[in-house]
Amino acid sequence: MMADSGSEEAAFLDNTDLTSTESENNIINTMVERETALLRKIDINVAESDKRTGKNTVNMPETYTVYLIEIRPAGAEGGVPVGGSPWRRYSEFELLRTYLLVTYPFVVIPPLPEKRAEFVWHKLSADNLDPDFVERRRMALENFLMRVASHSVLSKDNVFYQFLTEEKGWRESVLETGFQDKADSRLKSLSAMFRVKNPDKSFTDLKQYSDELNSAISHLLRVRAKVADRMYGVYKVHGNYGRIFSEWSAIEKEMGDGLQSAGHHMDTHSASVDDILEEEEHYADQLKEYLFYTDAVRSVCRKHELIQYELEMAVLDLANKKQQREELATGAVRVFSLKGMSSKLFGQESPEQRESRLAALQQSIQAAEEAVLDKNAECREFMRMSWEEVKLFQEQKDRELREALISYAIMQISMCKKGIQVWSNAKECFNKM
Amino acid sequence: MSVGAPRGLQPVTETTHPLSAAQETLSPVPDVTASCHIPNSSNSGGGGGDKEAVLTNGTPIETSSPASASSLLNRLQLDDDLEADPLDLYASTETRDLFVTVDDPKKHVSTMETYITYRVSTKTTRIEFDLPEYSLRRRYQDFDWLRMKLEDSQPTHLIPPLPEKFVMKGVVDRFSEEFVETRMKALDKFLKRVADHPVLSFNPHLNAFLTSKDLNKRQGLALLTKVGESVKQAAGGYKLRARPAEYSAMGEYLDTFNQKLGTMDRIAQRILKEQTEYLVELREYGSVYSGWAGSEDALQSPLEGVAGCVSTCCAAMEDLSEGMSQELLPVLREYVLYIESMKNVLKKRDQSQAEYEGRLEAAVIRRQEDKTPVPVEVEKCQDRVECFNADLKADWERWQSNKRQDFRQLLTSMADKNINYYEKCQSAWESLVSQLQDDQAENTNETNCD
Repeated sequence: MMADSGSEEAAFLDNTDLTSTESENNIINTMVERETALLRKIDINVAESDKRTGKNTVNMPETYTVYLIEIRPAGAEGGVPVGGSPWRRYSEFELLRTYLLVTYPFVVIPPLPEKRAEFVWHKLSADNLDPDFVERRRMALENFLMRVASHSVLSKDNVFYQFLTEEKGWRESVLETGFQDKADSRLKSLSAMFRVKNPDKSFTDLKQYSDELNSAISHLLRVRAKVADRMYGVYKVHGNYGRIFSEWSAIEKEMGDGLQSAGHHMDTHSASVDDILEEEEHYADQLKEYLFYTDAVRSVCRKHELIQYELEMAVLDLANKKQQREELATGAVRVFSLKGMSSKLFGQESPEQRESRLAALQQSIQAAEEAVLDKNAECREFMRMSWEEVKLFQEQKDRELREALISYAIMQISMCKKGIQVWSNAKECFNKM
Repeated sequence: MSVGAPRGLQPVTETTHPLSAAQETLSPVPDVTASCHIPNSSNSGGGGGDKEAVLTNGTPIETSSPASASSLLNRLQLDDDLEADPLDLYASTETRDLFVTVDDPKKHVSTMETYITYRVSTKTTRIEFDLPEYSLRRRYQDFDWLRMKLEDSQPTHLIPPLPEKFVMKGVVDRFSEEFVETRMKALDKFLKRVADHPVLSFNPHLNAFLTSKDLNKRQGLALLTKVGESVKQAAGGYKLRARPAEYSAMGEYLDTFNQKLGTMDRIAQRILKEQTEYLVELREYGSVYSGWAGSEDALQSPLEGVAGCVSTCCAAMEDLSEGMSQELLPVLREYVLYIESMKNVLKKRDQSQAEYEGRLEAAVIRRQEDKTPVPVEVEKCQDRVECFNADLKADWERWQSNKRQDFRQLLTSMADKNINYYEKCQSAWESLVSQLQDDQAENTNETNCD
């Protein structure tokens, strides 16, 4: 299976004029090649976007964007979509993702595109309603759905399926699952993070790696935005050459024509930067997705920590109870207990009282032992499943980022070719001066 | 520019093409026969073919009188001089017989001062020179002296400009390689232009500059000459009634051109500034990829590869900026100085004409009063005006041709530098892509074999 996708990739990448859309399709194709339940059956398409107005939570009017989701049987391109073709807004995507996070904590859940535009270089709009932003978000949302649909576990989820097909009442039915009760409170996660005694080394390493990756990509995106800004400046100033050559050519005789046409080429050169930088945004979007992926990885690590912590608590609890039983049996008071304290204060208890207490404790110990076994099993199972997930994620990340770098290089080559073309044209004009 | 006779006062006979007058009265240029020699081989670079086209189809020579052949010849000489090797005697026309070069800068440290000298080499067959070859060292001061002497002794001619004399200490390092190199190239250009000028090249001061060990500059006398000049001008005090349209047009052209040059200079500097700032960000960009590579495994090699490409692009951008600042800016500034010189010459021409007209008017009035004939001085004045006009027009044409040549070369070179920059970047990214694709194929093969 790996081999198939690999050779497909190699075949595609020999064509150096690959656009970013094409390489995106490659990713999707390779995802399809995997043993993916849902995606074998259907094509998902976030077909359109639209603006709606409504009232927000505090009853103030708001404008928001909605996206149309269309499902078609696999291979039936251009056919009529099946299901309800719901319109969804960003907050519903968020709800879906939160549901998945809680329900499948061992999975590295694919991230959503950013809520607000960040790492923006100056010419690019940071406005959520800007058409370019909406368009890029539409593609990213489609990408998100494809990733979920191609995941062996997530794709089977009914809530996800309903998200794709039923517009009305989806929100209510998600909340009805009561998934929010299963969500771990922030406080629990935080305390787990600080009090785990025997953290697993591979998970600690994983957390550290995901922090490093997060920091590297953020840094990269910030600097890239600055580079884009500066490059824009360089290209735009060349447009001034266009103007001055034109003005100058007006006072020249023989030199005039050559200057004038060279000036046009300078204008072309200056204008070409807009397309170049627009294309580069795709690359930035690919990097951003992996930036947000690091949050998903951290979630898995946190869940592991929590389970580990709960296991340690259960073990401690069992040990405490056993200690109590021993003390009760031998009479030595080493462990604080309310009964023990009160007997100290108010006098010894009767043998019957002690008997009943021992029996209750014995039951409690049995329950605690079961709890430890359960927690242990949960922990082991979680570690097994999540580690598989993490491995898959690593492979996917290595593969996709490598491809992103290759298509970035191809973008640079195309930019250089444009530059050579325009200056060669200008040179021809200069020669005719 | 059309050949116009001076308006207004007119008892002067209609002038024939000014160049024919100039050739006879002033310049001992070797006898030009009617046949105009156009070299078969174009020895200069990319523009060679175009040059021939320029000369044979519709060259903007106003008349087709025999004298225009000599202007053609002048143009040929100038077209050749800037690109041909000056020491390659076969490369130029038959009339080229004086070749000069400025090179080999050296620093001299003495107790009084530190300065740079340049080697000035001469090769010639002219009889005015005792030896066929000379080589001596000159400093900027000496060039400045030469220029001053030329201006004084040939007031009707356009003297090429020198690079700027004063540089702000502390702002520019007078002894940096870059500064010295730029200055030397400008001095070389100056000397070549003088040596190629049909009149200036025979000036005795040039001869002294090229041959005498000691220039014996006699600064005092030079000062006197300058004073004399200004006295002359002040004493003239004649006002010009009507300037012929062609000279007004020249003046207007120069003003507009000056403006455009100023704008071009600003644009070029702005581009350099933007490129420098771009470079700063680009360097950091490359290092971020390197940093990231450190925490990766399979991605380490591609990330390092990208970092390497970015670094190559940085180096290429540096070269581009350096080239631009060393080649483009000095030429723009040189032409600004040239324009100043030319405007001075135009002013002097105006004054010469004004003087003539003033004297003529006075003489005519006296003749009306008491039949005194027009004095010979007035006729001599007229001759002077005509000579001035002729020289100026010839120099103007030469200057226009030079300018066209220089800017064509300059802009072409700028285009080449940019092309070179993109080519370097492209090749770096291309080798990265092929390397990464090869790695990919390898990995695929490995998994195939698993």
